[in-house]
Amino acid sequence: MELKMILFLVLFPFVSAFFLSLTKNNSLRKAITYTSSVAVIGVSVMLALSYFSGGQKVLSFMVHTHEIDMLMLAVEAFLMALVVVLSFKYKKYYVALLSVAQTALMFWYELFKEPESELTHIYVDNLTIIMVLIIGIVGTLITVYAAGYMTDYSKHHTDVKDRRCFFFAMLYVFIGAMFGLVLSSNLIWIYFFWEITSVVSFLLIGYTRKPDAISNCFKALWMNLLGGLGFAIAIVYLGLVFGVTDLNELLKMNGHGVVLPVILIAFAALVKSAQLPFSSWLLGAMVAPTPSSALLHSATMVKAGVYMLLRLGPLMSGTYAGAMVSYIGGITFLAASMLAISVSDGKKVLAYSTISNLGLITACAGVGYEETIWSGILLVIFHAVSKSLLFQTVGAIENATGSRDIESMHGLVKRYPLLAWTLVIGIAGMYLAPFGMLLSKWAALKAFVDSGSIILVILICFGSATTLFYWTKWLGCVLSSTHRSRHRIDRTHKGEWLSLFSHTALMIVLCFAAPFISQTVLMPYIQGVYGYTNEVLSHDNIVIMIIMLVIFFIVPLVMFRISKKSKLKKADRYINGVNCGDQQSFVDSMGEPKTLYLSNWYLEDYFGEKKVGVPSVVITVILTVVPILIAMGGAVK
Amino acid sequence: MANVKKSPWMMHYDGSSCNGCDIEVLACLTPLYDVERFGVINTGNPKHADILLITGSVNTQNEPVVKQIYEQMCNPKVVVAIGICACNGGVFKDCYNIKGGIDTTIPVDIYVPGCAARPEAIIDGVAKAVELLQKKSDALKEGKADEA
Amino acid sequence: MSDSLKMIISAIVYIIAAPLAGGLLAGIDRKITARMQGRQGPPLLQPFYDIKKLISKETVVVNKFEMVYLVTFLVFIILTGCLFFSGCDLLLIFFSLTTANIFLILSATSGNSPYAHMGAQREMMQMLAYEPMVLLTAVGFYLSTGSFKVNEIAKSTAPLPILFLPGVFVGFCFILTIKLRKHPFDLSTSHHAHQEMVKGITTEFSGQMFAIFEIAHWYETVFLMAFMGLFFINGKPHSVIIALIAIAVTYFVEILVDNTNARLKWQQMFRNSWIVTMVIGTVNVFLIDVIVKGVL
Repeated sequence: MELKMILFLVLFPFVSAFFLSLTKNNSLRKAITYTSSVAVIGVSVMLALSYFSGGQKVLSFMVHTHEIDMLMLAVEAFLMALVVVLSFKYKKYYVALLSVAQTALMFWYELFKEPESELTHIYVDNLTIIMVLIIGIVGTLITVYAAGYMTDYSKHHTDVKDRRCFFFAMLYVFIGAMFGLVLSSNLIWIYFFWEITSVVSFLLIGYTRKPDAISNCFKALWMNLLGGLGFAIAIVYLGLVFGVTDLNELLKMNGHGVVLPVILIAFAALVKSAQLPFSSWLLGAMVAPTPSSALLHSATMVKAGVYMLLRLGPLMSGTYAGAMVSYIGGITFLAASMLAISVSDGKKVLAYSTISNLGLITACAGVGYEETIWSGILLVIFHAVSKSLLFQTVGAIENATGSRDIESMHGLVKRYPLLAWTLVIGIAGMYLAPFGMLLSKWAALKAFVDSGSIILVILICFGSATTLFYWTKWLGCVLSSTHRSRHRIDRTHKGEWLSLFSHTALMIVLCFAAPFISQTVLMPYIQGVYGYTNEVLSHDNIVIMIIMLVIFFIVPLVMFRISKKSKLKKADRYINGVNCGDQQSFVDSMGEPKTLYLSNWYLEDYFGEKKVGVPSVVITVILTVVPILIAMGGAVK
Repeated sequence: MANVKKSPWMMHYDGSSCNGCDIEVLACLTPLYDVERFGVINTGNPKHADILLITGSVNTQNEPVVKQIYEQMCNPKVVVAIGICACNGGVFKDCYNIKGGIDTTIPVDIYVPGCAARPEAIIDGVAKAVELLQKKSDALKEGKADEA
Repeated sequence: MSDSLKMIISAIVYIIAAPLAGGLLAGIDRKITARMQGRQGPPLLQPFYDIKKLISKETVVVNKFEMVYLVTFLVFIILTGCLFFSGCDLLLIFFSLTTANIFLILSATSGNSPYAHMGAQREMMQMLAYEPMVLLTAVGFYLSTGSFKVNEIAKSTAPLPILFLPGVFVGFCFILTIKLRKHPFDLSTSHHAHQEMVKGITTEFSGQMFAIFEIAHWYETVFLMAFMGLFFINGKPHSVIIALIAIAVTYFVEILVDNTNARLKWQQMFRNSWIVTMVIGTVNVFLIDVIVKGVL
């Protein structure tokens, strides 16, 4: 039964993608997305339920898969051909080289060297279930959102050729590939789905086919292919030297013995989760329509990277692979959050914040203690939901106001109250005290102190401060208003609202349910991996968290009721007695009204691209290259 | 209830003047006169102030400003005109741009004459203003009680 | 069960006693300040008179949300102190404090008033400046006493935390000046020199709103002072006396600094506090880590 569900989850999105690629009619397309979304959500929830009702027994299936392996090879060859053709078309030959190299390597290994194994290819444990739920719920809700969003998008962007059939098909291929990735335990299978996500993200980023889209999508492709090459080498090395190509077998080995393959897989994962020095591809991915950014940033793609890292966490713990991963994560956390201060494009801020948060997860994985893995997984959950919510809201705001710049969101709470409040919930979910992200940040900080990595602790301390700054700035901007700002009509589609509301509800439920999730899902997983658990969340801390959460929701609501009823006099703001009274201008020294504009601070002198970007890239390049060289040297010996 | 009396916060606005009274007002805050003894705080913000001290007269440029600052002060509030210019325009009275004393624009409660007004006189004026403030505050409370 | 009862009682005591103590501290501050300037100064109870007056005054708002955020700010500030005095986790306490401050900023920016907005941006700058040191301090306590929990730190059998954390203590005193809104870092509310930006973040708070802000500041002062005391407390009874003396000295030094310094620019504040954090704070934390590991 479970096997059927798993097969459904992996294969059904491809079927949907096939139909979507043929559908030109907008309402039919909507119907297909809605039904596929409902089906995928339903089955992933069912899978989770049947897994948990079965007492959380680890499931594994499919031993003999020769035919499927051959089919996969065929698809890989097709992907390689596609990449080669496109890279020749746009004269990016080095990309073709990367693709050919790794595909050839995999062909050689699988056709001539692969030993017969009696191991399963599909594997389900608690972490898998969490990922399945994230991909199933968040991922497909994004496609529902996209159904509404893309209608407006093609209206606003008449210069872009309407390729919506292709776009929706790619979204579903992506979801299918992600399911495949998290449900496989065979590294060759994981690698196969890994490559699909690389290529599909490349196609999605290049959706508009404008020059910047082309250059950005090739940037994403070469970086991810470079990571993929590392992955391929790691698999072949593991297969030839140790005869192991199964993830679970790998995890049972001694971390110090397999540093080279682990470091190479970790390298691929670092690229995929957009860690420095490879962050630029995720920033470039902004040029694509918002639903694809939402998908790349929240439920898929970058999460594939941190998923791998979290799996490898226990193996990396204490080795220099782990040190490399955790320091790169820590530096990325700090640097990206600094860079987020200096930009005003809403999507760019979100992109930097994604990179920054993934940095934290990466650092958690690199340290590889049970508490850090615990908080890393929790961060993955909360980040997926809130980031997806934020991207979708910013997309809807862009469709409504024509701009996604933070500065243009002044007084949004009065103009588009519903959109503004969804944005606020999303932002609050990203950093405010009682919400989940902070909960896990707190646990991570504690665990870093325990693990004795003081440098990481310091990076987190500074990074938390910079994170505060850019979110608070945005929050203040959205919530600023005067009693004369005017309400505008909101033309956001019903489908978009459906997704936004579900995300908001999910966000709030998750906040209250976090201790429960920790107890029933995460703790057993940690128990399974490490054989023991520490109480990460003590009982009274949970109580305090709940109190804070209640205060957070109750006090503003009650106060809002009271202040609505009370007849507090309203007055104009104070501008030295020269307020014009229209809330927009003041009288200047010539007696003329002059418009007043309140801007936020961006601190480019401190945190601009030039100040922070270059040094952090240099440091992380060194941190990436040196451990890999050392590992290679060690392997050669 | 003697509550307002003990904490009169003042705001100081300098209109069209020679700045003589302006300097004398600030002199009240110096150690020699030290009005903070009486709980006076010199604030720059009309939304925090109880007493508006105005030196100098009203001209066409600052008339709307004086009006707006007065309006932005919260009730109860008292206006003290300090120096002869603020009282009735003083030596500038007949200038082409001068409207006259402060009372041509906003209601004035206490007049402190002098050119320049001595700090003792200013403090005396403030003391009177405080009494008035208390009365206004009590009246405001009763008014509210009536409403209820 | 008696433990949680104790926690609740100390929280309630804090809720009632803190504004009294805080107001008194503010009164002492104003008295000492006046004496330092050669003035007689206001009565000791002046802050209470001010609050009484502010409450009785009419309250005018720019929009109705201002009040909502401000009250949430107050509640979170009170919660912060309650958590501290009931002996909870230091990191949670600081997160609560941060959340409170964010609501203050929201309250200031929501009116779209230029001076309040400028004050809010500076307040954010201040948070950026002090936040790393605050978290590092919590980490320092954890490393030297083995616990994040205030009641366990206060009862620990180890020597006084200050012996392990002199650097962290100095660093925290540095940012304490920002938190107490005193010169030279009095950037966002401009307590003394108000001409530059009126009253900064509090410009649009009138009447009861300003009273709420002041009361919250008292709560915060009491919490911060008690936190300074934590550096000087361990399980021994006489350490309480040392802590009280230390608090008094710290407060006096803060007032002295307040009266002998001119305000700095925000750039200077930001740079200096990060440098202090990086140099004194982190070196101290590194050293304790080494010592603790060495002992183990």
